Amino acid sequence: MSWDWNYTGEILPDLLSGLRITIAATLLGYVIALVLGLVWTLLQRTPSRAFNLAVHWVAEFIRSTPLLVQLAFVFFVLPGWGLTLSALTAGIIGLGVHYSTYTAEVYRAGIADVPRGQWEAATALNLPRRRVWRSVILPQAFRRVIPTLGNYLIAMFKDSPLLMGITVVELLNSAYQAGAKSLQLLEPLTVVAALFIIVSVVSSLIIRRLERRYATN
Amino acid sequence: MPPTDTTPEAPTPEEAPKTPLSKTPLPETAPSKTPLPHGDTPGIRFEKVVKRFGGNVVLRELDFTVAPGERVTLIGPSGSGKTTILRLLMTLEKVDDGVIWIGDRSLSHMERGGRRVPANEKHLHEMRKQVGMVFQQFNLFPNMNVLRNLTEGPVHVLGVSRDEAVERARGLLDMVGLADKIDAHPSQLSGGQQQRVAIARALAMQPKVLLLDEVTSALDPELVVGVQDLLRDIARQSDLTLLCVTHEMHFARDISDRVLMFDQGQIVEEGPPEQIFGDPAEQRTRDFLQAVLAT
Ligand SMILES: Nc1ncnc2c1ncn2[C@@H]1O[C@H](COP(=O)(O)OP(=O)(O)O)[C@@H](O)[C@H]1O
Ligand SMILES: [Mg+2]
Repeated sequence: MSWDWNYTGEILPDLLSGLRITIAATLLGYVIALVLGLVWTLLQRTPSRAFNLAVHWVAEFIRSTPLLVQLAFVFFVLPGWGLTLSALTAGIIGLGVHYSTYTAEVYRAGIADVPRGQWEAATALNLPRRRVWRSVILPQAFRRVIPTLGNYLIAMFKDSPLLMGITVVELLNSAYQAGAKSLQLLEPLTVVAALFIIVSVVSSLIIRRLERRYATN
Repeated sequence: MPPTDTTPEAPTPEEAPKTPLSKTPLPETAPSKTPLPHGDTPGIRFEKVVKRFGGNVVLRELDFTVAPGERVTLIGPSGSGKTTILRLLMTLEKVDDGVIWIGDRSLSHMERGGRRVPANEKHLHEMRKQVGMVFQQFNLFPNMNVLRNLTEGPVHVLGVSRDEAVERARGLLDMVGLADKIDAHPSQLSGGQQQRVAIARALAMQPKVLLLDEVTSALDPELVVGVQDLLRDIARQSDLTLLCVTHEMHFARDISDRVLMFDQGQIVEEGPPEQIFGDPAEQRTRDFLQAVLAT
């Protein structure tokens, strides 16, 4: 079996449109993960211990079950309850919600890392609680966790082929479909791997830059 | 110029007419002796204050009074409870028993239906307006520049307009000699500069009571004097009630009307600085001073 450049050229447009879907799903899912993760974290810091614990276990449950199962649940089960989503929307939500339970842990650690003296100075200034979070704690916690959050973006990107399981024609699925016609998978799969590497490396570089920028400030 | 004079229109929580303590004895605690005088600047009174950490009783029915505008230095060996006293006043810790008074209002408790109940967040917020604290480790907000460190509280707590807060910040930075650092971030400042910003930040809130907890002990030796000179000026020019923990005897002598010597959460001896440092009556005080001088 030898490499066929012509064939590679033919399938490339399809693969690139698959890549677009993959990137869109990852980025939108990431936004959900970033926002919802913070919600999980803050909901575990309410005055009610029981409530905090309940939230903790829900998040723990989501984190400990496979992403593919959750995707299937959102796409195949929710319609039975009256919530029908497109495959891509279901994929984005599933990816975002699953990873939000990881970012929640990241935020929790980042918040715990803010020195106690910062809380005390905020109290001494009599800042209201919401203001303490907004102006003092969260900005410092964010800065500390930027590298870790960046790594989760890449992890999500690499998990995105699971969306194929709910019929999303993302990068890997587009490769299968291209290969199915010709029964030749070497080129499509190799190109998929190459694209994954290129995007990952580029994202890593961007993340490292962000990291340096916030570390020096 | 005394920092308290710069903005006469700032809210003063002590303005409301007050009922003397003795006329409204509250249940559940022994009636207080005499009401603290209250003008603009409140005094402080600890009444049988108990503070424990687990099984460790740090303050055992501690009683003492600080008059309005009085400047008091707390000295004593490490672990004797000095920081705990300041932290209680800043509401960073809660009393286990007893009452702390700031002016004629209880810090730790409030009245509800004629009964004394533990303070809620609203009451603490109200009481904290009178108190400011400067920490050993500065605790500036590293994510904000110097200006915002100084305006965050006035804008979001005192409700001062941003322009006015900036104006006030400039004035305070002038006073602490750091007008040119207004846009700097704390990490770009020396320890001494950071501490001076922290002092300005505390004063920007226009406290009536200022708490200083070993504010120069984290500084390099050559930076100590600058901060001490600043505090000396502030003490001289303002009518703040001042509680200061320090091991620097010269500084304590300059800054305080009275010195309280603590050991194991209790006052061993008290008096004017000249007497405590020059002619201490108690052996424990003599030992302590000897040990401090030796270092
Ligand atoms: N957060 C805390 N948890 C447990 N013990 C504490 C805490 N803060 C202070 N202590 C204890 O209380 C005692 C008094 O401490 P502190 O007020 O810091 O003394 P000082 O400032 O005079 O050195 C010490 O024995 C210290 O170990
Ligand atoms: Mg101390």
